[in-house]
Amino acid sequence: MSKTAASETRVIDVRALARVEGEGALFLRLENDQVAEVKLRIYEPPRFYEAFLRGRSYAEVPDLTARICGICPVAYQMSACHAIEMAFGVEVGGQLRALRRLLYCGEWIESHVLHMFLLHLPDFLGCESALALATDHRDLVVGALRLKKAGNELVRAIGGREVHPINACVGGFYRVPTRSDLEPAAEMLMASRGFAVDALRFLTGLEYPVLEMDYDNVALRHATEVAMNEGQVATSRGLEIPVSQFTDHFEELQVEHSNALHGRLKGGGSYLVGPLARLNLNWELYPQPLRDLAREIGFALPCRNQFKSILARGFETLYALDHALEIIRRYERPERSRVEVKPRAGVGHGCTEAPRGILYHRYELDADGLVRSADIVPPTAQNQPQIEADLAAFVPRVLHLSQDDLTLRCEQLIRNYDPCISCATHSLKVRVERRTR
Amino acid sequence: MRPPAETTMARRPKLAVYKFSSCDGCQLQLLELEDELLELAGEIDIAYFLEARRRVEPGPYDIGLVEGSISTPEEEERIRQARRDCRVLIAIGACATSGGIQALRNWADIEEYTACVYAHPEYIATLDVASAVAGYVYVDFELRGCPVNKYQLVEVLTAVLAGRRPQVPTYSVCLECKRAGTPCVLVSRSIPCLGPITQAGCGALCPRYHRGCYGCYGPSETPNVTALCDYFIQNLGVTRPEIVRLLRGFNGYLEPFKTASDDYEQDSRL
Repeated sequence: MSKTAASETRVIDVRALARVEGEGALFLRLENDQVAEVKLRIYEPPRFYEAFLRGRSYAEVPDLTARICGICPVAYQMSACHAIEMAFGVEVGGQLRALRRLLYCGEWIESHVLHMFLLHLPDFLGCESALALATDHRDLVVGALRLKKAGNELVRAIGGREVHPINACVGGFYRVPTRSDLEPAAEMLMASRGFAVDALRFLTGLEYPVLEMDYDNVALRHATEVAMNEGQVATSRGLEIPVSQFTDHFEELQVEHSNALHGRLKGGGSYLVGPLARLNLNWELYPQPLRDLAREIGFALPCRNQFKSILARGFETLYALDHALEIIRRYERPERSRVEVKPRAGVGHGCTEAPRGILYHRYELDADGLVRSADIVPPTAQNQPQIEADLAAFVPRVLHLSQDDLTLRCEQLIRNYDPCISCATHSLKVRVERRTR
Repeated sequence: MRPPAETTMARRPKLAVYKFSSCDGCQLQLLELEDELLELAGEIDIAYFLEARRRVEPGPYDIGLVEGSISTPEEEERIRQARRDCRVLIAIGACATSGGIQALRNWADIEEYTACVYAHPEYIATLDVASAVAGYVYVDFELRGCPVNKYQLVEVLTAVLAGRRPQVPTYSVCLECKRAGTPCVLVSRSIPCLGPITQAGCGALCPRYHRGCYGCYGPSETPNVTALCDYFIQNLGVTRPEIVRLLRGFNGYLEPFKTASDDYEQDSRL
């Protein structure tokens, strides 16, 4: 590529992003080494959930919204249940609450391990896929598949199956597991714990591209625990609000190049949700041994480099594994599988920590428990403007790279976010245009 | 089923995995085969599978797995190309075999739907209906489920490679339930259950969790939909609008669920 002193245009154009969930593209245009245009285009078709949910019964909502995403169905079920319970004035506590956390631990593990090793790690090691990676790092891939399976086993033991589990409902569960139902999952988790720690040590030795962003981290915060299902929505700029005020402070805008709405802080700008944002905000609530391990392997928090989100996922995976074992150890099967619910007219809000970040649901229900209106804000829609901001900041530093390498780095940066495009449209495609005039 | 012509040859058969309007859950089932994935990748050349790999080998492919329904003009073009590129084309999952949950919009005014979700409906390109793949191109086999059962998926791939018919039962969930020794939730708990008219494949999961089947695998062979639904109305006090919602789930646009739901909707307006 010849470089002229006058005006140079360079374009990165990736039409179908690989190793992400769903369909998306990237178009990036550089003028004189500055990013003039960056569009993360989500062309995954719209599926109109908020429209067809109207008139459906509250009891169907967890199963219907689960189908927004095959990778994080539990997150949809949990946000839906909490929102509807708020509208009906129902509290779910004790072992039922613990079981929900346990189910979520399973999803964090299977979703994070899928992304870390099968989708993201190949970028760091110069492979096109985990299948290619398995040639040189077979033990790593086999270990990851085993850990992923342990997470899935947990989801299966509580939810009945891994993808679109059938057991969660408003008020709790259709049937609660016995202790012995949970034991195979506990054994598999224990057998994979050594791998989860070794993998973190391995990952910390990877070469990370340099990126320093002043992220506004947004996550749920709970006074006494690592937040999953419950907490206040907190930001690193000092905002802390109850979930019911979410739409007072956050908005979704439609842009022409995307079928997913863009999340913004009102009066602010882009923000970051997901594993790194969660660790940045809530690190002091993580158990001491995990924090000691982070110090030992040199992972410093807060961290402003999303390329290191793979480490954040690793720490969350280890946390979820240990936490799951603890919940199982203390588990006593509750007598009733769910709290009785009585429909009443009202509005409810739910926000839980999906593997990719906060997932907000709002429902307006009538006296019979039928949905009058629904609003769903998935994590990838919220991260979309931040991905574009990261690209605009990152690309000018790596212009020395060849077109292929530059394109690959842009893709890697997008994959830092574990984007779930199916969720965001209830998409991603990369185009880098280089024109030399 | 036509066997791929060259499977007996040393060359590994080429697999393509396509995604249309869907949640990713059915293609994810391939990656959920934690114990079999590496072995599978040894037997089959996974030539096109964007969710799992960046490298794309050009077609033609021996087998194409299609997830998702056809719901935009671009998808209509893409599914026709996929059909041209694949010797055997298999639709996997409720979206690809019935239109899926997003086919609920087929009963609605799509312009009103777009305006309900998007502030600028003019940016959104969409077809009037979300349809099964077979509505557009010839499909060699349809594997049902929301999501598909991963072991049934392996059976279909194995059968196609061996040139035989996949062993996928079309009888009802009731048979799986009886075989598992699960007490009938309809009889013993008076819970409305679509098991008698829904195709097996999930392992009769919901009754084991004390809930009624909600139809993830679509209608079984020769289902008597009205007999069951009338029983719900007469004996369990289920209302007609509830019947309509029950039938209009993940396979609601598939016959005879579709027509039955229309009939009960008409009745509830009388």
